Amino acid sequence: MTMSLALPNLASGLPDDATPALRAEGLGKAYGPITVLSDVALDIFAGEVHAIIGENGAGKSTLMKLLSGHVPLTWGRLEMAGQSVTFADAVTAEAAGVVLVHQEILLAPDLSVAGNLFLGRELTRGLMVDDREMNRRTAEILRTIGASCSPSDRVGDLPLAQRQLVQIARALLEPRTVVILDEPTAVLANEEVDALLDVIRGLRTRGAAVLYISHRLDEVEALADRITVLRDGQMVGTWCAKSLSQRDMAELMVGRKLDMLYPPKRPAPNGEPMLVVDNLSVGHGAQEASFAVWPGEVLGIGGMIGSGRTELFEGLLGLRSSHVGQITLDGHKISRRSVEYWRKAGLVYLTEDRKGKGLLLDETLGINLTLQALDVVHPGIALDRRNEATELNRAVDEYDIRVRSLHLTAGQMSGGNQQKLLLAKIMMTDPSVVIIDEPTRGIDIGNKSQIYEFIDRLVRAGKAVVVISSELPELVGLADRALVMRAGRVVAELKGDDITEQNVVFAATSTHGTNQENN
Amino acid sequence: MTDATLPAAKGVRGRRIPWADLGPFIALFIVIVVGASVNASFLSETNMLNVVTRSAFIAIIAIGATFVISSGCLDLSVGSMMAFVTGVMILTMNNLVPTMGNNAIFVGAGVALVVGALCGLMNGLIVTVGRIEPFIVTLGTMGIFRALITYMSNGGSIPIDRSLREAYRPVYFGSTLGIPNPVLITLVVVAIGAFLLYRTKFGRRVQAAGSSPDVALFSGVSVVRVRTTAFVLQGICVGIAAICYVPRLGAATPTTGQLWELQVITAVVIGGTLLRGGKGRIYGTVAGVLILEIIANLMVLSNMVSEYLVAAVQGTIIILAMLAHRFIK
Repeated sequence: MTMSLALPNLASGLPDDATPALRAEGLGKAYGPITVLSDVALDIFAGEVHAIIGENGAGKSTLMKLLSGHVPLTWGRLEMAGQSVTFADAVTAEAAGVVLVHQEILLAPDLSVAGNLFLGRELTRGLMVDDREMNRRTAEILRTIGASCSPSDRVGDLPLAQRQLVQIARALLEPRTVVILDEPTAVLANEEVDALLDVIRGLRTRGAAVLYISHRLDEVEALADRITVLRDGQMVGTWCAKSLSQRDMAELMVGRKLDMLYPPKRPAPNGEPMLVVDNLSVGHGAQEASFAVWPGEVLGIGGMIGSGRTELFEGLLGLRSSHVGQITLDGHKISRRSVEYWRKAGLVYLTEDRKGKGLLLDETLGINLTLQALDVVHPGIALDRRNEATELNRAVDEYDIRVRSLHLTAGQMSGGNQQKLLLAKIMMTDPSVVIIDEPTRGIDIGNKSQIYEFIDRLVRAGKAVVVISSELPELVGLADRALVMRAGRVVAELKGDDITEQNVVFAATSTHGTNQENN
Repeated sequence: MTDATLPAAKGVRGRRIPWADLGPFIALFIVIVVGASVNASFLSETNMLNVVTRSAFIAIIAIGATFVISSGCLDLSVGSMMAFVTGVMILTMNNLVPTMGNNAIFVGAGVALVVGALCGLMNGLIVTVGRIEPFIVTLGTMGIFRALITYMSNGGSIPIDRSLREAYRPVYFGSTLGIPNPVLITLVVVAIGAFLLYRTKFGRRVQAAGSSPDVALFSGVSVVRVRTTAFVLQGICVGIAAICYVPRLGAATPTTGQLWELQVITAVVIGGTLLRGGKGRIYGTVAGVLILEIIANLMVLSNMVSEYLVAAVQGTIIILAMLAHRFIK
């Protein structure tokens, strides 16, 4: 593995003679003949935040699971405070002071915060559970990590960010020396992320060794003391965070200089708009939104999570109950709205929830690809399997879907390939308006740039494309024009050079920036 | 490990033998082998034909149930619905005999299909439009249908008019080209079911609705329409089963079709259809029905276990099948 970048590979910033809280040597994992991780050497010291970055499939999750005892080691050894240790399972690791906070929220929604924290290890007094003591200790730990919820709150009623904090609180109930956080900010909006980063800084101050995995390089830059990069199941190296820019990190992850990640912008479209929406309100999600999209442009939709972006477009599709003044598509008034009806009219929507609403994870590629276009692929009474196979081969080529076998189920594919399959699925009927909600959520940088190319290709082919994105660089990089939403309303329209991260954030968060409403 | 290094797959054929899908057929084979070794008369032509003929009703209803379960629902009311449809059918025929003679049978058969379809439509609409758990809905209609047949028969039985018996008899007792008529009818239902589920867009939509209603919805598949249709198909299957059943006993009673829902659901589940929906197996269901019927038959033939315990054995089988599902995974 040759390094294309001449960066100092330092483990500096820490005293040479300090004993690491957790040391890994020659760590590796194989499933049968397939090696997924090899030769990882890590030192994690008390009082540091150590970030692990890498593309999807680089081995980050495997490394976390090895360190926290969730899966057994194939090679290598672990040391804690100079003593050799082996973790038979996650429980042993937790007893030794190493805890993994999972990416998914694993809490019982109907129990209280305290009930969740002490689930499976309830305190008792005689035969009775000791609610008073559990609530007291819960309140204490919530205070330390700066969570605003109360021990008696029902977890299901809490906002996502508070649930994430409860999950962290649960991990910190016992004193821990090593805390591993697996993409804790994946589901959080920006201001919630900032609060969580403060919690993590607090952990560091109190002397915990924090291992932090994240896709968001800006967070890594803001938080980490040292950074370890993984690529293709191998360790690229460890760097002092100060010595790396975000671009350096990205290039180390990919192993090559990044070409332009975003395709160049297109000339401004003229003529009649393809889709005009007038006064669309969707339940509590979106109010009186009006907008238009022209063929040959990318309309970006920005805003915080919860600002009503997804609700607006799910409402437009007829997937949520909504009221609307008027909608015209290519000059024709639209009266009935359903996914099927829109598809026939030439408008499709790619959901942000790839696994829950996008693909049948237990079904094969072919079934998923054609589900939205059954009438087109199979015009007769009986299924036309030959035609389906032809379409699948075409889609695999056109969208560069890379799988070992076409008989795999969608759930067996990587996130990037799933996203490409989903894109191929909605494009089956050659629509004229394409709405893409979070085009690259949770997929690696290589697949990302390919998706951007596909989007560029669609626009240049004269389609009107709407991209909803929570990733500011993506929004800025893709959009020819951008609408920003806040609290269910479209609060700003940005064009050309005005589409900057600062302007989007300002419009999305400020409470008085409504002067540009309704264009 | 990263899949970016894999070549784009084009027409790669890498199918292994799907042992899990063959499970029901292997089990059926084992049951037959065991049956042959336990009892000499088991493999006799008479007994075999008897077993296959007797399983016709459950098989026909179970084909419908395969659709309902694949689409992510459940119908507990099939046994009571069967009794109710049978009762309505016999009453219709008896009333028409004076004016129409034997033609009353055709009208009665039509009525059975229509009433079955309407019962299924009612179940389906309450489940889909009313958005109530299918378990609760069909538990309710199960009680309703059972009470209706008891009421209609005044707690006794509703016999078919004597003058119709001779003309109607061949539907169950007759045979065509050496194959008993109920078996022929079953084969036709199975063939249509397999075509619908495996070879049509409707089958795909059933699969999608059962696999993930959200994905189906976001793909423009009307889950409401698909599931309602599945319930209607179930009702029509019950109607067909009723048409075959009437000449056998010549009457509808409050115990007609009792606990058939247990047999039907057991057969579907041991046939490989997923109870949570998404994966339907028509031929597996047929194997499941035969397994149950053969076990019951062996219990009668061998005298080792009282035939009064048949339902207990079937109940045990469905629980074991579900446990096997759980632990093999």
